[in-house]
Amino acid sequence: MNQPVDSTAAELLGGNRPALDVERVRADFPILHQEVRGKPLAYFDNAATSQKPAKVIETVDHYYRALNSNIHRGVHYLSEQATSAYENAREAQRRFINAESTREIVFVRGATEAINLIVQSWGRSQLKAGDEVIISEMEHHSNIVPWQMLRDQIGIELKVIPINDAGELQLDIYEELLNERTKLVAINHLSNALGTVNPVKSIIDQAHEAGALVLVDGAQAVPHTPVDVQALGCDFYVYSGHKLFGPTGIGVLYGREDLLEAMPPYQGGGDMIKMVKLDRTIYNDLPYKFEAGTPHIAGGIGLGAAVEYVEDIGLEAIAAYEHDLLEYATEQALTVEGLKLIGTAQNKASILSFIMDGVHPHDLGTIVDSEGIAIRTGHHCAMPVMDHFGVPATARASFAFYNTHAEIDRLIAALKHAHEVLA
Amino acid sequence: MFDLKDLYQEVIVDHNRSPRNFGALEDADRVIEGYNPLCGDKLNLYVKFDDERISDVKFDGSGCAISVASASLMTEALKGKTKADAERIFNDFHELLTARDMPIAAEVEKLDKLAALAGVRDYPTRIKCATLCWHTLHSALEGKDEPVTTE
Repeated sequence: MNQPVDSTAAELLGGNRPALDVERVRADFPILHQEVRGKPLAYFDNAATSQKPAKVIETVDHYYRALNSNIHRGVHYLSEQATSAYENAREAQRRFINAESTREIVFVRGATEAINLIVQSWGRSQLKAGDEVIISEMEHHSNIVPWQMLRDQIGIELKVIPINDAGELQLDIYEELLNERTKLVAINHLSNALGTVNPVKSIIDQAHEAGALVLVDGAQAVPHTPVDVQALGCDFYVYSGHKLFGPTGIGVLYGREDLLEAMPPYQGGGDMIKMVKLDRTIYNDLPYKFEAGTPHIAGGIGLGAAVEYVEDIGLEAIAAYEHDLLEYATEQALTVEGLKLIGTAQNKASILSFIMDGVHPHDLGTIVDSEGIAIRTGHHCAMPVMDHFGVPATARASFAFYNTHAEIDRLIAALKHAHEVLA
Repeated sequence: MFDLKDLYQEVIVDHNRSPRNFGALEDADRVIEGYNPLCGDKLNLYVKFDDERISDVKFDGSGCAISVASASLMTEALKGKTKADAERIFNDFHELLTARDMPIAAEVEKLDKLAALAGVRDYPTRIKCATLCWHTLHSALEGKDEPVTTE
C-alpha cells in the first residue's frame, strides 16, 4: 500500500484529481433529504457525528432481521453467520488502516473508550511515578482527562505541547519536552475544534528517537484522510465509528501486537477468557482479551459496511473534494462582516471554526438553525483551546463529502443575517 | 412554524447591545457566580439587601443575547422588590418559559417586560440561557456561596 504520510490535501490532489459525484453520493444518505424548520436540511455538524449511508442502515437492519445471534460461542447456523460477519468487519478495519493483523484491531465503544483502555491497561501497568506523558493544548477532553486521572492515580507527569495563534502545535517546544522520562506522546491527528492536521509522522519519528511510544487519536482524521498505521509507525491509533458514517457505540483501538500482548485486560468477563477456575483465569488471545462481554455486534458489522462505503468512494477523492469545500467556505466566510476564524493552520481539513463580533456563538447557532442549517456551537470538548483564544465558545461548521457549495452559500447568507440582526 | 423574530424581539436585542445595571456593585451583600457549561455563559450577580428588600442589583459577565438580555431585564424587574416578590416573579417567569400550553397573554400581564423572553419556549435548548441569571439569584437569596451551574 502506498499511502501518503503527512501530506497536505493539496498534495494529495496530485496531477489527476479523482472525481466525486456529490449528487450521486447525497442519494446514498436518506436523512439529507428532508426539511427542518421548513427549509431543506444543510448538515454541517459532521465533526460531532456523521450521517449514515443506506448501506450502513440496511446492514444493521439486516443483522437484526436475519442474523441476530450471539457470537464466538454458538455452534448453530445463525451464530456462525453473525460471528463471520463480525470478524469480516474486523478485517475491514484492518485493511482500512493497513494494520498488519486483525489481532491488532480491538473493537471498543469509541475513541474515548479506546484511550481509557490504553491509559488504564498500558499506562497503569507500564508507567510509574515521575514518568512523563506528553499531550497537546488542542486535545479533545477524551485525550486529556484520562491522563489526568492516571496522574492522580499513580503520579505520572503530564506535559503539554502548546499551540500558536494559528492553532498549530509549537513543534520546537515539543522537541524540548521530549526526554528520557517521556514514555508516551498522545496526540490528535486532526483537531476537532480547529481543523488543524498535525504532522503525526514526524511527531512519531521524534518520539521514537527519544524512546517514547505514540498514541494517535484519529477520531476526526479517518473520515477525511487516508491512514496507514504501518507507514506512520504509530503504536496506538484510535477512532470512533459514528464519525466515520457508521453506528454510534462502536470504535476501534489499533495497538501494535507486541504492546497489546504485554498489556493486562481492561475489563474481565465472558469472551475474554480461555478458561476460568474459581481461583484463576487464563485470558483469551488477541484481540478478544480486550473484548469482555457481548460486544456491539450490529455496530461492528455496521462499521464494516461504513468502511467499505468509504473505500468505494475513495479517501483520496473525499479529501480532494473536501479540500475544495473548505477553501470555498473559508473564502466566503471572510466576506462576512465581523467574522473571525479560530484556527488558521497551514494544513487544515474539514473544519471551519469561527466567532463573530457582537454575536455570541449560541445565537449564531440558533439563527442559522432557523434556516435549516445545523452547525455546532460551544467549546467542542476542547476547553483549553477556548482558553487559548480567550473565547467561551466558537461556532463550527464541519464538512463531509456530501456537503455542497450551495449549502455553504446558504450558511454564509444566514451568518450575514445574524450579523444584521444582533451585532 | 418557528419565527426568529419571536425569539430575538427588539427588547432583547436592545438589552443585549446595552445591558442595564451592568458592572460590579462595590458594596454588594452577596456576589454569586452562575455558569452554563453547555455554552460557556458566565455571569456574576451582585445583590444588595435592605432587610427583606433588594435595594440594588447588578451583573457582569459574558453570554449569549438571551442570557445577557434576561439578566439585564431581571435586574430592572428586581430593584425594590422583596425576596418573596423575587421568588414569585421567578416562578412566573419559569412558567412562562416551560408551560407551553399556557397562553402567553396571561403571563404578559404578570411579567411585564420579562414577557419579551416568551419566544424562548419554542427553543428548548435555549431555556437554560434565559434562566441562568434567575437560578443564580435564587442561590443568592438562599444565602448559598457556591457557584451555580445550569447542569
